[in-house]
Amino acid sequence: MRRLRAALTPYALIFPGGVWLAIFFVVPTVVMLSLSLQSGNVADGFVFTWNWQSYVDGLTNYHDQIIRSLVYGLAATLIQIVIGFPVAYWIAFKGGRHKSVYLFLLLLPFLVSFVLRTISWQFLLSDNGMLLGPLKNIGLLPGDFRVLATPFAVIGGLAYNFLPFMVLPIYVALERIDPRVLEAANDLYAGKFQTFLRVVLPLSLPGVFAGVLMTFVPASSDYVNASVLGGTNTTMIGNVIQNQYLVTQDYPTASALSFTLMALLLVGIFAYAKALGTEDVLEVAAR
Amino acid sequence: MTEIQAGTGAAGVAAPDQVPAIELDGVVKEYVSHGEVVQAVKGVSLAIGEGEFFSLLGPSGCGKTTSMRMIAGFEEPTRGVVRLHGQDVTNVPPNKRDVNMVFQSYALFPHMNVWDNVAFGLKRKKVSDDEVRSRVGEMLEIVDLVGREKRRPREMSGGQQQRVALARALVNRPRALLLDEPLGALDLKLRQHMQIELKRIQREVGITFVYVTHDQSEALTMSDRIAVMNDGLVEQLAGPREIYERPATKFVAGFIGTSNLLSGVVRAMNGASAVLALGPEDRVVVPIKGSATEGDTVELTVRPEKITISTEQPEGDLSMVEGTVSEVVYLGTYNSYAVALAGGAEITVFQQNAHDSTTTAERGDTVWLSWQPQHSYALQ
Repeated sequence: MRRLRAALTPYALIFPGGVWLAIFFVVPTVVMLSLSLQSGNVADGFVFTWNWQSYVDGLTNYHDQIIRSLVYGLAATLIQIVIGFPVAYWIAFKGGRHKSVYLFLLLLPFLVSFVLRTISWQFLLSDNGMLLGPLKNIGLLPGDFRVLATPFAVIGGLAYNFLPFMVLPIYVALERIDPRVLEAANDLYAGKFQTFLRVVLPLSLPGVFAGVLMTFVPASSDYVNASVLGGTNTTMIGNVIQNQYLVTQDYPTASALSFTLMALLLVGIFAYAKALGTEDVLEVAAR
Repeated sequence: MTEIQAGTGAAGVAAPDQVPAIELDGVVKEYVSHGEVVQAVKGVSLAIGEGEFFSLLGPSGCGKTTSMRMIAGFEEPTRGVVRLHGQDVTNVPPNKRDVNMVFQSYALFPHMNVWDNVAFGLKRKKVSDDEVRSRVGEMLEIVDLVGREKRRPREMSGGQQQRVALARALVNRPRALLLDEPLGALDLKLRQHMQIELKRIQREVGITFVYVTHDQSEALTMSDRIAVMNDGLVEQLAGPREIYERPATKFVAGFIGTSNLLSGVVRAMNGASAVLALGPEDRVVVPIKGSATEGDTVELTVRPEKITISTEQPEGDLSMVEGTVSEVVYLGTYNSYAVALAGGAEITVFQQNAHDSTTTAERGDTVWLSWQPQHSYALQ
């Protein structure tokens, strides 16, 4: 009896989460998959017809937006690494007793709603706003200079909005490095730069890897930044899908685009994991 | 052994033809902790000879690790000078010092295999690939790790990691190797095995070893000389035999092995020895280094294995005291007696089970304890 209970315990523990995922993830995914293969319109209803045409239409009409989304996501991710790594490094190694305070300060803006934060960026970056206005008034910038509705605004917004998801995993990886390992490198004739290059950087890679996953995926499928900070030339695939669902009400195309994006991201992630996620990357770094 | 003399307070004096491998000269290390200045090392001067196996021994917090870290360059002394082969390196960073360290927790690079760990230092020194290959291979042979070059540290046992750490430091042929409690994480059997291994390797490579430990038996087993440290100062600096047989201070006597501490008032001086008054029938004679006069209180120490226990008052020129057995413990190779003296002191006596293991006395018996006067030492 006791053995039976011990055998069932893991299943009992996974049951609530499993049910949750089944209802709110698996079922909608299946519904959406079926929807992407239906044909019809909102007025007359949709019928399942193995209609692959929605995928073809989606890729033909919106490949620009798909590519743009991946490029914006990649650019935002790179900016986040450049900004986030030094922040994580500083907190992990120079934060001293106040590490948790700095981490809290990093997260503080994120207690405010995602959309509100993006709208406040809109205020900051607006053509005659608090940032550009004074610079234009003293003649440092030409009068028609603008940031809003450019790729810079959208990529900047993406980089800002997902920054903690880059900083935190890198911080965790750096924090786990035994300071004596760094002393050992120093003792073995490595200066500060060599120690960073040969020891700190390779040991931080698992954190960078996780950070890239956690920021690239939401950034490239985001639509809030493009709709609040962007213009007609910065439309991302998220905006297209939103538009197809809520305005055009072409559910099959919207679903097909969602699945296309998901497939692309999954393939990308697996390729990335294959290339970087294994121990080989560490071997290379050790040379 | 080396001719170099060293001691507390005074700088080590090297023989004119020999420059010490390592010198600490009046070294002080202060920290500020919660707004207060704390002295971890309060003025240590010592000189370690070329090729010597030198131990810094003491309880945790005595300043031994801080002293070693100042030799390695991880800490800068607040005052004083650190010299390596006569050269002042007080402000030289660790990567520019020709000494290497074996860390307490090994501190191996977790992302590198054994080979890359061991080759790390040589590659940073821009040694040619051919030489790196031959020297790393040779070193892995010495520490018996051939065939495990591709293993990661976490795939290895504690003893193997220990040997990687040793190889990683020694492969650079440093002028001195610093070892910070390197055997602390190993179990007893392996530790004893590694003690012998370390000593063998040191003989083979002929490099100066500085060994930090809180384990007195480890220090006694391996060292040529030992500096016993306490509270930021060197209490005694001597060979293992002298440290054990002639502890200079009460601290050393208590820290190294089991010691009996007795104190008595000087009844008379007899040449360089003092005759002490303890109990009425007791007669304790102890050699005195300095001077003492009648009426002074003298503390002395005598090791448990030097004492003979008997039921009758012994004859001859021995120191002897009378007491009551309060405990007898059988310990295999010897019996241990606790004997209470009339004055309140308790003395431990070890009696070898050389012939049979019958005990001389039982709990409650009145016994005589005796020893050769030259086996007891007055403490400073």
